[in-house]
Amino acid sequence: MRPVYAVGIGITKFGELWERSLRELITEAGLAAVADAGIAGEDIESMYVASQSAGRLLGQEQLGVLALDEAGLADTHIPATRVEAGDASGAAALRTAYLSVASGAHAISVAGGVEKMTDVLEDEVATAFTSNSDMEWEGFFGATLPALFAMMARAHGSEFGTTREQLSAVTAKNHGHGARNPGAAYRFPIAAAKVAQSPIVADPLRVLDCAAAVDGAAAVVLANDEVAARLDGPKVRIASTAQGSDTLALHERESLTRLESTTIAASAAFERAGISADEVQVAEVHDVFTIAEILALEALTLFKPGEAAGATEKGLTTYEGKVVVNPSGGLKARGHALGATGLAQACEIVEQLRNAAGDRQVDNAATGLTHAMAGTGGTSIVHVFRAEGGGR
Amino acid sequence: MQVPRYWREQNERYNLVGSSCANCGFTMFPRRTLCPKCRHHSVGKLEDCAFSGRGAVETWTVVHQAPDSHALEAPYVLAIVKLDEGPRVTTQIVDIDPSTIEVGMPVAACFRKLGESGGAGVIHYGYKFGPVRD
Amino acid sequence: MVGIVSYGARIPRYRITTDEIARVWGKQELAMGRSLNVAEKSVPGPDEDTTTLSVEAARQAIARSPHAADTIGAIYVGSESHVYAVKPTATIVAAALGAPPFLTAADFEFACKAGTAAIQACMGMVGSGLVRTGIAIGADTSQGAPGDALEYSASAGAAAFQIGTDNVIAEIGHTISFTTDTPDFWRREGERYPTHAARFTGEPAYYRHTLSCGAALLEKAGTQPADYDFAVFHQPNGKFPTRAASKLGFEPKQCETGLLAPRIGNTYSGAVLLGLCAVLDIARPGARIFVTGYGSGAGSDAFDITVTEQISTYQRSAPTVEDLIDDRVVIDYATYAKYRGKIVTAEVAP
Repeated sequence: MRPVYAVGIGITKFGELWERSLRELITEAGLAAVADAGIAGEDIESMYVASQSAGRLLGQEQLGVLALDEAGLADTHIPATRVEAGDASGAAALRTAYLSVASGAHAISVAGGVEKMTDVLEDEVATAFTSNSDMEWEGFFGATLPALFAMMARAHGSEFGTTREQLSAVTAKNHGHGARNPGAAYRFPIAAAKVAQSPIVADPLRVLDCAAAVDGAAAVVLANDEVAARLDGPKVRIASTAQGSDTLALHERESLTRLESTTIAASAAFERAGISADEVQVAEVHDVFTIAEILALEALTLFKPGEAAGATEKGLTTYEGKVVVNPSGGLKARGHALGATGLAQACEIVEQLRNAAGDRQVDNAATGLTHAMAGTGGTSIVHVFRAEGGGR
Repeated sequence: MQVPRYWREQNERYNLVGSSCANCGFTMFPRRTLCPKCRHHSVGKLEDCAFSGRGAVETWTVVHQAPDSHALEAPYVLAIVKLDEGPRVTTQIVDIDPSTIEVGMPVAACFRKLGESGGAGVIHYGYKFGPVRD
Repeated sequence: MVGIVSYGARIPRYRITTDEIARVWGKQELAMGRSLNVAEKSVPGPDEDTTTLSVEAARQAIARSPHAADTIGAIYVGSESHVYAVKPTATIVAAALGAPPFLTAADFEFACKAGTAAIQACMGMVGSGLVRTGIAIGADTSQGAPGDALEYSASAGAAAFQIGTDNVIAEIGHTISFTTDTPDFWRREGERYPTHAARFTGEPAYYRHTLSCGAALLEKAGTQPADYDFAVFHQPNGKFPTRAASKLGFEPKQCETGLLAPRIGNTYSGAVLLGLCAVLDIARPGARIFVTGYGSGAGSDAFDITVTEQISTYQRSAPTVEDLIDDRVVIDYATYAKYRGKIVTAEVAP
């Protein structure tokens, strides 16, 4: 396998982008990523595009081709494919692009993700989230994604004593980070006490425990070592990619409190990257709900089972702590643009490892991690990023 | 409206009919064509298996923000119930005060309306779980 | 011997009081509850309907029956609130019972006597030897127009009887019917609520048919009212059946057990059947039961029933009809209107 570098990143503002269409958003992100990389559009050899809901909400398939076409690159005739893995689709596109470069099939590959959640009404958005669960045996019976995570939260509380306040600490931290992210949808702090007072969604989860679906797009240009060597700028290598699966329905899992797909993916990612969990300094994890961040941190072995909630409350997952989790603000403050999220996470980690994250910069960040998940954990995808010598 | 799709699963939804693997004995709900435990050894050896409808609550939540299709029922209790025979289902709990629900509480399947494909469409019936009555 | 081999019942838990309905319509001073002798009525929840009530009642009947679902050769469901105008409730019940497909099924409609008509049809199918056992169900989630007198009593409930010739717990010795074309109460296709002809529903309708048919049954059976331990009449409210009973010569004590309307309202096609279930819940071997139903349109079916020794070995397991009546959650008019679809809501995209 050839070494793979993230040589260019591009990300749009995330939020309710009424004036921007899906085509405009993916083009903006792609263009920015290509310019950032210092390559020409014609250099791209393959494109992988993620959008969890363009098909179901907007009725648009063949998204890979749409993105290629909008970028004016239809006449390159390169392969352009839509990749889907629920709300981990963006990370799945990244992984696919990675493998196409690592295998030697392509020298330069672009992974892009885009979502236009605001083109449809709330009920359809909620159904889009639910479509990541088992539609026939969970959704059909009245399950919503928040309801499924609420049941996991209750189980986690019973098993480990995780408290309401500890869940609230996750939101407070992420909003504190997001306030420093000009591209985030929600750039204001939220006091922990406010979370438990917000309207209830599915007991014990409240509105402020839940990431909101927004519009946005992000793209990453990947290149092999030979191409990367020719380009300017600090080198950020994707040290490993790993993906784990599990049962689709939550009720089929071995455990309600352990994200097995994440643990499998993390273990493989650490091994392939030749690092241990302790070396991770900065991480973007899938905080679709506050409890999801807690479960993810434990499954990633960044904290022991039952300890992530307390660690968050004590500030161990923010600056000056043990590992900075979701410096971008996470899905909660940045906003969750389903298929674009996994790539937005990658963009943040690349910025961090280039030492270009401004007032969100994690000191001396050299090893970073992204974690994306679909539904309640049917799919988890982990990437490890490492900064290499050289600077801008 | 996906009429044949939901019709195919009627026996599962009405009567909790799942599968039992004649090769390794594993029981599962809903029905499968392949046993997840012994896989290709199970080909042709999966039999229909009707579960009793008795089970216990493993975890639950009260859903307040419900999809439009469930607006009339909100707030409602959603739970994971472990059937006495082993498999688990995601289901609504009815006829029980939510404040009295406990992990391990015994419940029994009942027959309720799950939804409909619009006011002119097919009505979908199936299991929800309620108190044990006998 | 043809008769009942098993039975089951289902009444939804929600209740609304007649006082609460009167409050909303400004009729507090009219003592509606007292004049109808109905204190509260049963209300189906948003996930309950005639089909779910029918299934629950039929499942209880089969669960306690010596005759399993594979003996069923006929299923008839009588209701005036079938969930589909076209597509039978009976087939859904058949599937939910796990009955094998080689059976006949159909839905009946005859206002409040569709359930008793179903019983008679099963008697014929079973008695002639065409089928081994038949299931007759009377079930309704009837609606009264908002503010109308019927709104105080129109309620929801279901009862199922398995009719057979072996292990009979209550023999149906005689049955007789009286049917005329009398338009006392009707609902046109597509109309949401029924229409009734007010006082015309009394003498020329309910009383004429109930009394003619009841008297004819006594004559056919060669009995007097005093020969019966229990009498069950159709109960559109808590007053009509008491008056009819008295006119035929029955004592209030005979009617007590089978008179449920004061506590659950008029369950329409389920009414007489539920009253009979309540009697069977406590009846001893040898008890004799007089049943006369009534359905608008109009007609009455009457039955002379004798409880057999077999009832001693029959498992009258919970919930009994009394258990179902006692399992109650009182709701207000707004919740009732929401559950009964009386509030105009926005169209939901399918």
